[in-house]
Amino acid sequence: MSEHLPALLVVVPLILAPVAALSNRPRAAFAAAFAGCWWALYASLALLTRVRSEGVISYALGGWAPPYGIELRLDLVNAFVAVTVATIGAVVIPYAWTSVKKEITEDRIPLFYTAFLLMLSGLLGITVTGDVFNVFVFLEISSLSAYSMIALGQDRRALTATFQYLIMGSVGATFIVIGIGFMYVMTGTLNMADLAERLPAVMDNRTIPVAFTFLTVGITLKLALFPLHLWLPNAYTYAPSAVTAFMASTATKVSVYLLLRFFFTIFGFAFAFGQMRLNMVLMPLSLVAILAMSLVAIYEINVKRLLAFSSVAQIGYMVLGISFGSVLGVTAGLLHIFNHALMKGALFMAMGCVMYRVGSVQLSKMAGLGKKMPWTMAAFVGGGLSLIGVPLTVGFISKWYLVQAALEQGNWLVAGLVMIGSLMALVYIWKVVEVAYFQEADSDVEIREAPLSLLIPTWVLVIASFWFGIDASTTAQVATDAAELLLRGGS
Amino acid sequence: MIALGLFNYWAVIVLMMVGFYTLIARGNLVKKLIGLNIFQTSVILMYVSFAKVSGGTAPILMDAGDHAGDAAGQVLYSNPLPHVLMLTAIVVGVATLSLGLSLVVRIKEAFGTIEEDEIESPSL
Repeated sequence: MSEHLPALLVVVPLILAPVAALSNRPRAAFAAAFAGCWWALYASLALLTRVRSEGVISYALGGWAPPYGIELRLDLVNAFVAVTVATIGAVVIPYAWTSVKKEITEDRIPLFYTAFLLMLSGLLGITVTGDVFNVFVFLEISSLSAYSMIALGQDRRALTATFQYLIMGSVGATFIVIGIGFMYVMTGTLNMADLAERLPAVMDNRTIPVAFTFLTVGITLKLALFPLHLWLPNAYTYAPSAVTAFMASTATKVSVYLLLRFFFTIFGFAFAFGQMRLNMVLMPLSLVAILAMSLVAIYEINVKRLLAFSSVAQIGYMVLGISFGSVLGVTAGLLHIFNHALMKGALFMAMGCVMYRVGSVQLSKMAGLGKKMPWTMAAFVGGGLSLIGVPLTVGFISKWYLVQAALEQGNWLVAGLVMIGSLMALVYIWKVVEVAYFQEADSDVEIREAPLSLLIPTWVLVIASFWFGIDASTTAQVATDAAELLLRGGS
Repeated sequence: MIALGLFNYWAVIVLMMVGFYTLIARGNLVKKLIGLNIFQTSVILMYVSFAKVSGGTAPILMDAGDHAGDAAGQVLYSNPLPHVLMLTAIVVGVATLSLGLSLVVRIKEAFGTIEEDEIESPSL
């Protein structure tokens, strides 16, 4: 069985999805989703261990040898991303049980778990596949299920947010297909490793830069790089809490991975950064994302929305790392994929706890919550410290690598701007802390601590974000190896 | 004449721009979806166009006697792969469109309108 693990990683959640839908009972659907998520965690960890000891795993789907058949190809980079996605899925799913019962009507709960499983398998599929058209198919599976989950939000504005996301997301995906089509015209292949071999011969043809441009715009739309982030804040704000926690920690991260895969493995570092001067585009945009979006977050009064804008800023950090085009920079980007998943997951889950008890995440409604929901707000502070980048948290590790990467290139300005971005994170986290801890609550409203079934998953992520901040040797080692692999141009 | 020889691609570009413009410029949500669909369909035409080999037939097994094949049983056929890819893309397009339209129905129920400027838009 173990040789089929790469396929089973994706297929098991995919098959459990219709099981969840057909069972049509919340409990049975939950059991299916729970099994799918934990299976994915087990499988991805097993695969990462195997990749670390044995090197690249290539799996020919259906026994058709690559490059003709579809290949699933795991190296350190995507095994690392798959573990990130599966970890968040496995932590969010027990949380979802309590949270979803409160926020979604009962007859829709089985369908929610179906969509959750589909999204998980879509994201894992994008991660492990070695075929560019397969990327598009899995991208649409995960996006369509994400749209339907966001539309389950209680607020009617969830519907308009979903519609906006659907339009922009579909345009992004179509841009990606156009880019893939141009690459196929020039090379006659869809396999990533094969493309990487054949592209250099036709690089001079203008079709390839055009394909590159379409892919860049499509992928940056999907990963919500400023100024293509417009779909993100509303979608995150109005989606059900569990969905926001899952999406914020996985969907955009997988797109960042796609960016790395297309630029470094397929087109190659020399083309993307030398000929196309990608860093000239990505670096300013990511810096604007960090500064402008942090500024917007400072003035935001809905805390989920505040965190959503902060997410756009954090994506800026990841892309900034990549735009250095150095081992340290890409390491910082990869590390931040994992680290940001931990902390943003924890923060959005803490907000889900607030939503569960208070019924709103408006800042004004959170006065005095520090006393009434001490564990929830402590989790928020823990995640917030990480977002700021205080030492001993994962946020510090990412920023440390990022600043090192900037200084390595003598870019003091960028290093300074990263610091300013951290200070701005301090301001918007402090804003919430001040209201929750230092303002008096309305004494007539009775609010209790969130139930343990919500608190435990939240705290798992908070503790993980400290754990990997104190002992970053494993994650940093994997990320560095993966970055070296990418910059060598493949596998 | 070269321009005419690339007729399919001109059609692709025109369709793509028509769809994209409708998508951006129209305020009616259904019209937006129609624009999106035209945009996606133009990509299907693009893939199918570059798969076509002039004089090629469908990629099916043929007897040597058939006029499309020569004596050795070798047949000039169009590249089947992009056609198959586009089958998937059509399915994706249908799924996107139906999800979008069902969203429009729910937006109509919740807001009473499907005109973008009449929906109290959540501020950005």
